[in-house]
Amino acid sequence: MGTVALRLTGAEKAYGDRPVLAGLDLEVRRDERLVILGPSGSGKSTLLRVLAGLEPLDAGTVEQPDGAVRATVFQQPLLLPWLDVEANVRLGGRYRANRGRYSDERASELLELFGLAPLAKSRPAQLSGGQAQRVAIARAMAVGADVLLLDEPFSALDPATRIDLQAWLRDAATRLGLTLVLVTHDVDEALYLATTVTALDGTGGRAGTWPVGAAPEHDELATHPLRAELVASYRSQLAGTS
Amino acid sequence: MTATSETSDTFATGSSTSPATAPRTARPLPRFVAPAAGIAVAVLLWWFATTVLVAPPNLLAAFAPQRALPALADLATSGVLLDDVLTSLRRLLGGLLLAALVGLAVGLTAGSFTTADDATRPVFGFLRMISPLSWAPVAIGLFGIGHRPVVFLVAAAAVWPVVMNTVAGVRSVEPGHVLAARSLGASRGEVLTSVVLPAIRPHVLTGLRLALGLAWVVLVPAEMLGVTSGLGYEILNSRDQLAYDKVMAVILVIGLLGYLLDALARRLLRPA
Repeated sequence: MGTVALRLTGAEKAYGDRPVLAGLDLEVRRDERLVILGPSGSGKSTLLRVLAGLEPLDAGTVEQPDGAVRATVFQQPLLLPWLDVEANVRLGGRYRANRGRYSDERASELLELFGLAPLAKSRPAQLSGGQAQRVAIARAMAVGADVLLLDEPFSALDPATRIDLQAWLRDAATRLGLTLVLVTHDVDEALYLATTVTALDGTGGRAGTWPVGAAPEHDELATHPLRAELVASYRSQLAGTS
Repeated sequence: MTATSETSDTFATGSSTSPATAPRTARPLPRFVAPAAGIAVAVLLWWFATTVLVAPPNLLAAFAPQRALPALADLATSGVLLDDVLTSLRRLLGGLLLAALVGLAVGLTAGSFTTADDATRPVFGFLRMISPLSWAPVAIGLFGIGHRPVVFLVAAAAVWPVVMNTVAGVRSVEPGHVLAARSLGASRGEVLTSVVLPAIRPHVLTGLRLALGLAWVVLVPAEMLGVTSGLGYEILNSRDQLAYDKVMAVILVIGLLGYLLDALARRLLRPA
């Protein structure tokens, strides 16, 4: 495990009277795949947006000690419908913030690498859900991101596509040396994708953190030694939030 | 009744890929026949009302097609008509341009901030329902005699559809698209240029098309106030000379130009 890419210290965030993050500390290390597990309403999407710099904290700090470049992928692909696939992937290149780290060559490379080159001139409306989400990931990476933040990126897809994309993402992250932070409510997805799983406790704190060890295959998930423990933590959270 | 069903038949066979939709015994008419017949009937009624129903001492007789068309030729050959048309179009364009700029800026502001929208809604709702011509004394008092009050009145009419459609456009921008742009590092200005403006384009084009129609309708009466050129002025001028055939000729030109402008706008300002 490498150096710290993102560090959250004493994070506090409330919506009205309801605390969503209550003094949470979190470190994202280089080259790890951190999966944040929690049921809906446990504050995991808020946590991701805070890490992405898209939402301000009430108290506490987010740091990028070694100048990590972040990019975010959401539950919906959110591609701009009036642009074709290639122009969508190149969107970040139009923003001043990415000057110096974005390049059209990299964008084309990503299209090629993600098997999207034949679709370069297609409109988002013509893509399947899985294709659209791959375009969204390429768009995020084209700005030179080395930390990819994903907010339930596959939960809107059908189960078969979801499993394909999980395998594809794990493989791509390993090959490209990406650091991933992914939030999900799906225990099996967490086990499959993570090198580290962190569960939220539903009251703004952390329930636990577990290293996953050797990357399991999909058919090994049902009998994975960590599964029972994660499911148990999940149940206690559900009891805690309801 | 038969004419409409014939036309819809033409549409069906023209647009669908399978021609096997309900075969008919009557062959569908070519598409231009019904509109041409409509025009012919309208001209006939015009002639009937001005020629058969009334006789020359009656004022209406001067409005007859066989009088208006030579008057039109007179106006055209003397060069008056072209001057008037160009002057009117220039004022129209000026007013529209002003309305588009102001309308877009106001619409973007009101659409982007809920407070601005809430604050402006009652005022806009009030102003919008005032006939722009009511402002004529104000416009003349403010800008004096000449082009400027006319341009102002045209803009005062045309600005509302632009404002309203821009506001509706901004409100319908997918918040997720804005979030995605921000997550890629877009500044406020960059979100505006890369997401909001392209997203509202169809709304703004619709607004501009409506604005053009309104502007044209307001332009002619606005030109009857304190200017000495343009199509509106020409109507008053011809009336003062008791040349009612010329009045009718100018009315024809106004209708024809408006029709062409609308057709042009439909073509140029088509969303998507």
